Amino acid sequence: MAEEMRIVLRNYGKVDPLNIDTYLAQGGYKGLEKARSMGTADLIADVKKANLRGRGGAGFNCGMKWSFAASAQADQKYVICNADEGEPGTYKDRLIMENDPQTLIEGMAICAYAIGATKGFIYLRGEYPFLVDTLNTAIAQAKDKGLLKDFDLEVRSGAGAYVCGEETALIESIEGKRGEPRFKPPFPPNIGLWGKPTIVNNVETFANVPVIVEKGGDWYAAIGDKAYPGTKVFTLTGDVNNRTFFEVPTNLTIRQLIYDFGGGIRDGKKFKAVQIGGTSGGFIPESLLDTCIAFDSMSAIGATLGSGATFVMDETRDIVDIITRIAGFFEHESCGKCAPCREGTARVAELMEKINEGHGSAKDTTLLNKLGTVMSYSCLCGLGQAAPAPVLTTIKHFEADYAAKFK
Amino acid sequence: MDYKEIIAKFADKPGGLIESYHALLKEFSYLPEEAIVEAAKVFKMSTAEAYGVATFYSMFSVKSRGKYVIRICESAPCHIAGAAEVVAAMEKELGIKMGESTADGRFTLEFTECVGQCQATPVITVNGKPYLDVNAAKIPAILAECK
Repeated sequence: MAEEMRIVLRNYGKVDPLNIDTYLAQGGYKGLEKARSMGTADLIADVKKANLRGRGGAGFNCGMKWSFAASAQADQKYVICNADEGEPGTYKDRLIMENDPQTLIEGMAICAYAIGATKGFIYLRGEYPFLVDTLNTAIAQAKDKGLLKDFDLEVRSGAGAYVCGEETALIESIEGKRGEPRFKPPFPPNIGLWGKPTIVNNVETFANVPVIVEKGGDWYAAIGDKAYPGTKVFTLTGDVNNRTFFEVPTNLTIRQLIYDFGGGIRDGKKFKAVQIGGTSGGFIPESLLDTCIAFDSMSAIGATLGSGATFVMDETRDIVDIITRIAGFFEHESCGKCAPCREGTARVAELMEKINEGHGSAKDTTLLNKLGTVMSYSCLCGLGQAAPAPVLTTIKHFEADYAAKFK
Repeated sequence: MDYKEIIAKFADKPGGLIESYHALLKEFSYLPEEAIVEAAKVFKMSTAEAYGVATFYSMFSVKSRGKYVIRICESAPCHIAGAAEVVAAMEKELGIKMGESTADGRFTLEFTECVGQCQATPVITVNGKPYLDVNAAKIPAILAECK
């Protein structure tokens, strides 16, 4: 039986989110204190050594990202927390902010010190309006205690656009514009918010930082999978006995998530499929359940680790119907800036509806394969590139489900 | 509060247009045309740009809405947990279809994608407040809270 290991959720249930003293009593802000006693170069080197990779889904080395912004020359730099978690089935960032907002603020303050930023933003998804007060209270308390020094932090609310989870779309949104992704390069660590060097990290990424600084990069790098060390928070949804969340080292298998933590499939039914990483994740069949959950092993099977959302489906579920719903999601959420995504997501949704309603044939799945493949490399941002993954992986692993719906 | 006063509060905030729209929603439930025109002036952009922002985000509406905006999640975890039954029950209870508002101006029904409360699906929100494990039987009590 695999066990939990809590780093980002270390204070879950132990602190009062509206009282900073309870966070300080758990050793809070020791990471920031230690960070300030180190030179910024040593600090970044240690975060790099920890090999903490972005928990928002892209998996980029966090210390490396910071080093780009640190070496950029500018009169103003920014730190942004991406709290726009919009991947269906994901609520890990909410858990962190709702229960332990100070860990996020401390992580951001460490980043600000490392790169030389004096201003930060928490871009909070519009679906979490009840967290605005919690975060503002936490920020005010940290300022009152003098912990943030010259680092000013502000909460900005999103307004219901999935694409704003993409860092350059998020930056556009903070600037008060339509949340449409920018062309990259340049990347935000060089040219970001209002044209200034900017670090955008996910809530879970920042929440790891205070502990990494306190205990050292070597300590963190030794936890879990070698190439993607540390822990990951998972949120289990769908047909499992325990629809719950947990934080585990990154060297477990998918099967352990579903059976050890999820308690297996509900109502004594059999497993059919699991989708990990959110709605753009690939669908995984029974035969691949012993795959390690770490970033690279998931990529190797055409799946993703993504946000850690784990959506389990039992044997009675209609895969084609679910994929049709997901295709509708991407058609709705495509921002329309680039043609491959704007047109592609609409055509994928159209073809899926046709198949789901019993009017499709093998020609349609062939066309979906072709269209999906083109989208995966021609779309401007991650939304369009990842959107076809559920379709492509189900055509591959659940061909019979499609065939059963053909006219 | 007057829409001009609301927008003026955000005039000095860089990128404050979206924040001002949120504040307008709290007051009016939607973004009236004259408020968008005013916001464009205050934030020094064309009306087209300000309108473009108003129509980009799913939470903003340029169409009049009820005092209580009820959003039903249709993302995959809610979809398989029975969101369709919640939609049917809500439409029956209010006598309107999704996307419509009641004649008395109290309720608007909208679809939403994931609202991040997937530990207890299906989920709906009423003016941003989440309700969990929703089913047809729970709907009258939820609506009764909307005075």
